[in-house]
Amino acid sequence: MDETGLRLDGNACGGLLQEVFVDDLTAATGACASCGAVGEIGRQHLYDFPDGPGAVLRCSACESVLIVIVRIGGGHRLSTPGLAWMDLRQHA
Amino acid sequence: MARAAIQRRLNWHLAEVLDVVRETPRASSVVLDIPDWPGHLAGQHVDVRLTAEDGYQAQRSYSISSAPDEPRVTITVERLEDGEVSPYLTDELRTGDRLELRGPIGRWFVWDEEDGGPLLLIAGGSGVCPLMAMLRQRAANASRVPARLLYSARDLGAVIFRSELERLGTGGGLEVSLTLTREPSPDWTGYGRRVDAEMLADVAWPPERMAVTYVCGPTPFVETVAESLVALGQDAGRIRTERFGPTGG
Repeated sequence: MDETGLRLDGNACGGLLQEVFVDDLTAATGACASCGAVGEIGRQHLYDFPDGPGAVLRCSACESVLIVIVRIGGGHRLSTPGLAWMDLRQHA
Repeated sequence: MARAAIQRRLNWHLAEVLDVVRETPRASSVVLDIPDWPGHLAGQHVDVRLTAEDGYQAQRSYSISSAPDEPRVTITVERLEDGEVSPYLTDELRTGDRLELRGPIGRWFVWDEEDGGPLLLIAGGSGVCPLMAMLRQRAANASRVPARLLYSARDLGAVIFRSELERLGTGGGLEVSLTLTREPSPDWTGYGRRVDAEMLADVAWPPERMAVTYVCGPTPFVETVAESLVALGQDAGRIRTERFGPTGG
């Protein structure tokens, strides 16, 4: 099976995102820094294996890495290598 | 319920199991009493965490199948034979047990009446669970939003909520279509194959109706359905998907 068979939706990492941001982010809108596509976090492609070290969220249009969250030492390490911006208004 | 009202820090809670209802040979509904539950939206899920005596933890997400207005929260779980969590939930859990969970989670794969319609719901296997919450809410509110459900299952015995769907599908603006992927009996009058473009063309609303669409099931199922719907002219921006992935359970 190639990696696309392991794909989930960003909606599935709502709980993990709330560990970091408190607020729900699945309905927030973000933009891909690589291709410029704009869409809800819940709509992006998620790779997060059960009991794995963390989650990778990729752009649903071009598969560039948007957000990486690693569970580490009782907390998290967050990186946003391909996220141009995120708009939190819609779910305020 | 105002959506802003349920925003708060996500904490783990110990829920009490009020009942475990066998839905099919492989699927069970777990009825829960959850302290300080803030209410949920149809389509949301919870994270369930099991902890072994040696401290090992396994965590999975399960969709809420009960409507927001019901007094108790129900999750419906299908057993995966090699799963770490689902066999415990479907076969070991008993009334009075405690279950650690957090939620409700997710504000994207959700529907309520203000999201409008017509509604197109497409389920593969236990992907029907979050869609059932939407249909139950629609029925509880006597909503006039027209709705269609296309539900793919292995065989008739694997159809979760079968009798309730039959009841909900008689009048009231909901049309339920079942497809059985394993040799249906000769007297079966529904579809008898995997969901394909032709079936979706039959069931889907015409693109100009601008349907609100939710697709839930195993990852390959969801991707095939979503791609076919877009090829049929449906607006990709109005299709919301929830993939299970192959591992889960």
